[in-house]
Amino acid sequence: MIYDVIIIGGGVTGCCIARNLSKYDLKIALLEKEADIASGTTKANSGVVHAGFASPREYVKRDMCIKSNKLYTQAFEELNFSFQRIGSLVVALEDNQIKKLEEQRRQGTQDGVPGLEVILDKKKIKYMEPNLTDDVVGVLHAPTTGIVSPYGMTYALAENAAMNGVKFFRNQKVRRIKHQNYTFIIKTKDKEFKATNVINAAGVYGAKISKMVGLDYFNIMPRKGEYILFDRNAMHLNKILFPTPTKVSKGILVCPTVSGNTFVGPNAQNITDKKDISTTEAGLKEILEGGRHLVPNLPLRASIRNFAGLRAVPDTYDFIIDNTDVFGFINVVGILSPGLTSCYAIAERVTEFLELLGANMTVKEDYNPIRPKLDKFKDFSKIELDKKIKEDPAWGRIICRCETIPEKEILNAIHSPVGATTTDGIKFRCRPGMGRCQGGFCRPRLIEILSRELNIPYEDVVKTGEETNFLVAKTKEIVLRSFEGGSEE
Amino acid sequence: MKKYKSDVVVIGAGAGGLAAAIEVKKAGLEVLLIERDKELGGITLQCIHNGFGLKEFEEELTGPEYAQRFINQVKELKIPYLLDSMVIEITKEKLVYAVNRNEGLIEIEAKAIILAMGCREKTRGAINIPGFRPAGIYTAGQAQRFVNIEGYLPGNTYVILGSGDIGMIMARRLTWEGCKVKAVVEIQSYVSGLLRNQVQCLEDYDIPLITGFTVTKIHGRERIKGVTISKVSRNFDRIIGSDKFIECDTLLLSVGLIPENELTLEAGAKISQNGGPLVDENLETTIDGIFACGNVLQVHDLVDMVTAEAKRAGKNAIEYLETRYGKELKKQKKFKCISGENVGYVKPDVINKTDISKDIYFTFRVKYPARRVLIQFKDENNNIIYSRKKIYVIPSEMIELNLNLEEANVNPNSKSITIEVIPRPEVLIEED
Repeated sequence: MIYDVIIIGGGVTGCCIARNLSKYDLKIALLEKEADIASGTTKANSGVVHAGFASPREYVKRDMCIKSNKLYTQAFEELNFSFQRIGSLVVALEDNQIKKLEEQRRQGTQDGVPGLEVILDKKKIKYMEPNLTDDVVGVLHAPTTGIVSPYGMTYALAENAAMNGVKFFRNQKVRRIKHQNYTFIIKTKDKEFKATNVINAAGVYGAKISKMVGLDYFNIMPRKGEYILFDRNAMHLNKILFPTPTKVSKGILVCPTVSGNTFVGPNAQNITDKKDISTTEAGLKEILEGGRHLVPNLPLRASIRNFAGLRAVPDTYDFIIDNTDVFGFINVVGILSPGLTSCYAIAERVTEFLELLGANMTVKEDYNPIRPKLDKFKDFSKIELDKKIKEDPAWGRIICRCETIPEKEILNAIHSPVGATTTDGIKFRCRPGMGRCQGGFCRPRLIEILSRELNIPYEDVVKTGEETNFLVAKTKEIVLRSFEGGSEE
Repeated sequence: MKKYKSDVVVIGAGAGGLAAAIEVKKAGLEVLLIERDKELGGITLQCIHNGFGLKEFEEELTGPEYAQRFINQVKELKIPYLLDSMVIEITKEKLVYAVNRNEGLIEIEAKAIILAMGCREKTRGAINIPGFRPAGIYTAGQAQRFVNIEGYLPGNTYVILGSGDIGMIMARRLTWEGCKVKAVVEIQSYVSGLLRNQVQCLEDYDIPLITGFTVTKIHGRERIKGVTISKVSRNFDRIIGSDKFIECDTLLLSVGLIPENELTLEAGAKISQNGGPLVDENLETTIDGIFACGNVLQVHDLVDMVTAEAKRAGKNAIEYLETRYGKELKKQKKFKCISGENVGYVKPDVINKTDISKDIYFTFRVKYPARRVLIQFKDENNNIIYSRKKIYVIPSEMIELNLNLEEANVNPNSKSITIEVIPRPEVLIEED
């Protein structure tokens, strides 16, 4: 079997491309090296849908971002992920920063970013965001900035792609790519795939994959960003708050999430290890201090988690979206911020490339762009809830008490088109373990459910993938083993 | 929707809820117990070690044995209970909504409610340890459930952060299972659990206790491979150069417990500084007829103390139904109880001034250990109304005190009562 298109990488970029291409009469597969999609950069980033005024004008990513921001409206309607256009404020704390805000407003407006406004009336600013520091002298308000669950959207994209025929293969780290007779042969640990076209959306491993077909014209450096997440009850923000940007980054923001939590972060550390998602004492301090400039009363005692994510930073500092010299090999790499925002525009660009490459771009008759809204316990009225439990008792067994998640939502997460196979996979799909107790209560129950549904022993249930097992042995086994060892001597 | 009615609804059937329900039923009132787990007993069921019941039964029992005595009474008294049922909402009007697999959504109309939801453990996030987020990090209670209930071991070699009781008990339990506990690391200079657990669980098994240190980094991407521990300064900042690496495949956290008050908050009751609901001397929250007891109110040292408190809550709920329920009563003036020097929190938070002739049962904890102290109660004008010497106080030991305010001659116009634990003034020996 030869696929028309194989996408390497199941992050938001790869899944968005997959979903866009699933419209056409193409045989498509997506390979992901981890046990689940949305496991890399997609899992740990700010979840901000940027308005698009922040990147310099010479960059491709600026246009992509402005265009893609608008595409979110339709995607949201079709895919039913969590997304809210709550608007952002770029905050000036000194008078001389106002000039920068004015410039961003002028250029942004010229380039098609709607509704930008510089506000200097402190009363009005504080009304928009009461948590903001009293030191504020002005803000740039961007009403089209939004917040999204980056992994939630990626699952939605993948599920819709799978509904429309895209095959997802997880635990498939690409080891080698051979290119002969206009066919790519992709080798993984235990499988071999063939395709006419390959799309490299491998994130921080983008350069490594590109080199496999002899294309060595860029480098990807991982840049780490750390975050601290606060409990839902601790603080309520109306707006996404950015400091006035410097040349290096958009700075440390204080931002609400679609689930109602607040986070502070990220910082920006260039590192060399592509697996280093550890947080550091210095880093956590840095982001707290940074965040306090904007919101002095950050609820430190209500922090429920710290985490870090890697951005794939190319040496050009811009997206690399190339129909390359190797016929049929498309690079979609270096998708740093605002990559999450830009995914829909990127997917459109890739679709154009495939047309140029001669792929069969006939729209399928049975293409269905709708990924239905997920049923959620919390969204039901009391009467609906009663009815639902009577239809299926799994709605009546609450597994996660912090987030009120019943067994049914967990079963749905496991049995969805690209379903969860790990406890983190469940957690990121429907939130058990995301709340205040961070899985203290529900984790043993998740292990029980995964063991039952996937028909695997307790010891084989994992957190994120290989070697992340929770349990090592049955009780008494270690003691028995030591006796066995003793008898041999 | 299924509808029930009951004089009293008790939420949570752990040690607290069971005792409260029994108390109410014995007075001849209707009571309904709601439990989210599949059996009665709560967390005591996984506490298979002994040491329970010394006060309540003057016997040494295991957790399940202790619970069983109450479960037997519940059955003898034919107290109705719902299992596998999660309360999702309580209203001010004392409607309780719960769900379970068999009955769907249930609405219970109660005249009084007793909250007995217990507490949860603090997690890694709450203490913000930097590093990776690998598998192999558990709260001590989670590990206890895996080992004692599910029959699985979460790891081979352990470091335990925090010297809470569950952490120390798990250190011993895992040692029995052939696992290696490398160290119990405590950020304070003293153990945060009971002395008897330090002796019986750590010292008896030669498990090193490292005080004044904390975990400052977690190593390992997939499964935890070890932790860095560092000495901390008085402000709990890491002292540079004091780092030590300890290899382990599991980290257990025993860094404290937090009352579980999401339902309480949603019902609209006020929460006080200790994380439990704000209550008066009747253990009544800021909502009429809603009472709280056990670890949902304040984290106790021993289950026996939970039982005693729950009985009081039961009695007070009975008294409420008999004397105050359904009556329009004037809002009463109150004393506010203030935590003074070296007092972390105090219960009750407020005391009604109507009837100060009865004894008030105070419970509180100190913030830090101290020797040769004076426990003092003062009114608004700094008049000392009660004073008692104590040789030693420590945060892990709750101080319980019965005081009759009338006999103590409290000024009824005082707005507050302050409780403080101060160093005893030195006795100066005059030299000739």
